Amino acid sequence: MATRRTSLPGVGTQFDITSESGHHLSLVVHQDGRRFLGFYSADDPDQWAASVSLTPEEAGGLARLLEPTPVEGLRTDGLDLVTEHIPVPARSPYSGRPLGDTRARTRTGASIVAVRRPSSVHPSPGPGFRLMIGDTLVVVGTRQGVDALAGIIEGSGDEPDGSGAGG
Amino acid sequence: MHGTTTLLVELGGIILTLGLIGRFAGRFGLSPIPLYLLAGLAFGTGGLLPLSASGDFIAVGAEIGVILLLLLLGLEYSASELVTNLRTQYPSGLVDLLLNAPPGAAAALLLGWGPVGAVALAGVTWISSSGVIAKILTDLGRLGNREAPVILGVLVIEDLSMAVYLPLLTVLLAGLGLAGGSIALLIAVGTVSLVLLLAVRHGRHLSRAVSSDDPEMLLLVVLGLTLLIAGAAQELQVSAAVGAFLVGIALSGEVAEGARRLLTPLRDLFAAVFFVFFGLSTDPTAIPPVLLPAVLLAVATILTKIATGWYAARRAGIGSRGRLRAGGTLVARGEFSIVIAGLAASTEPRIVPLATAYVLILVIVGPLAARWTEPAVLTVRSSLRRSPRPRPRPPGGAERGASVPDGVVAPAAGG
Repeated sequence: MATRRTSLPGVGTQFDITSESGHHLSLVVHQDGRRFLGFYSADDPDQWAASVSLTPEEAGGLARLLEPTPVEGLRTDGLDLVTEHIPVPARSPYSGRPLGDTRARTRTGASIVAVRRPSSVHPSPGPGFRLMIGDTLVVVGTRQGVDALAGIIEGSGDEPDGSGAGG
Repeated sequence: MHGTTTLLVELGGIILTLGLIGRFAGRFGLSPIPLYLLAGLAFGTGGLLPLSASGDFIAVGAEIGVILLLLLLGLEYSASELVTNLRTQYPSGLVDLLLNAPPGAAAALLLGWGPVGAVALAGVTWISSSGVIAKILTDLGRLGNREAPVILGVLVIEDLSMAVYLPLLTVLLAGLGLAGGSIALLIAVGTVSLVLLLAVRHGRHLSRAVSSDDPEMLLLVVLGLTLLIAGAAQELQVSAAVGAFLVGIALSGEVAEGARRLLTPLRDLFAAVFFVFFGLSTDPTAIPPVLLPAVLLAVATILTKIATGWYAARRAGIGSRGRLRAGGTLVARGEFSIVIAGLAASTEPRIVPLATAYVLILVIVGPLAARWTEPAVLTVRSSLRRSPRPRPRPPGGAERGASVPDGVVAPAAGG
């Protein structure tokens, strides 16, 4: 997602957003607190095809709806699976190392489905993905597997314990 | 005291009338400025309801109104914003001056007003109304258009130019001649540059000194400081309005935010008083004779502003439709034309009826020009070409009106 910031002197600030699908939209934060959400049609990138005015409260409500919460929407469909958020603490032996080094799935059977950073979310990280202090891993697996994985990431459960896969 | 009673009754009557016509204007989406001017005309000498006791008070209120108008204008911009815009948009600002000031100057010379009147009327036709135009952009849902930053950039440069133009005008009006005028101009430009520099470098120190958690104290400190500096600036022949504008620029960040919130209602009140005062000092019988020159001047400067917007948007690489929208939006003149005419009124009283008629025309035509210039030109152009367009469009269909709902979601039926 590409974002461009333009100052509108005497009015406010404009943020232009281009989505991966190629759509343009922009948000104008007015000095009086109102937010204007505007959409461009594909054939005229120069002017808003439509715009919506939002009060600060409405903008806040919309922001809460837009905020992605991948975990709460996950359904486990009766399988005996749990999801957990596991932080990567400063003392973790794997901070700064690729995800593959943890051999998490092999050792615990639990899957790391996403990594959340303060600024971004990385769904389905590959084995080459480097973990950083402050990351939060979104993990799915059996209770046992998830707990074991948490131990590995914290650096307390280094011996491979029962690969309790298959719930 | 009988005098005070009359004063209260008259002031109450005026302000109540303003409130009522302001509501009326809001219902039709008009700017209230022309209605305030008309109210002033009605209350003035030779009008429907001549006032007696409140003249002095209104004169002082008008003075404060001008100072607050400029202070709030300064508060809206940060010094760095001004400098950035000046760097990137100065050619547009120059074209704006060269296209829009000469018609006013020429008209004044044709009317036989001499050089001072020419400089004053040049200012009246040159400066667009930032307030009216910001509102137009918001109401028409065009804040996200690519031409919006260009339009606002031109306005910023105009407002900054006022900081140099107003002192020059003040000096000329004081009759200091060319030599005195140049010295005063140098002083003015020096002062403005110095304040900008200080504001960019050390604005936060002043802001911190003024800052206060208590809104009441902040109001008193900012207002007191502004009036003091405005008075000092007046004493130095720099014009009180410019002093206030520079205070507004020097304040930044949270203090500017807070001061703007607190002072906006005050500005609205005193600015309304100022417009009424201007109307009061206009003799209604003087307007019909100047209607023809005012209309001619309006037509000429509508075209020059459209050309200005076209040029500025072209520099920013915007297509022809956006250029037309930029030009049409810049047409509105308003509060600052009146401020300039008000300054010149004492030396050149003939400017008042002409400026009144001119602003009345353009503050009403401005929003219409903003809305219709682009579709009108496109319609004319396509009918001249008589060639089938590749994609037929309904006339005016280029524009989706402002879709600014009141933020009210209709309640679901039943439930």
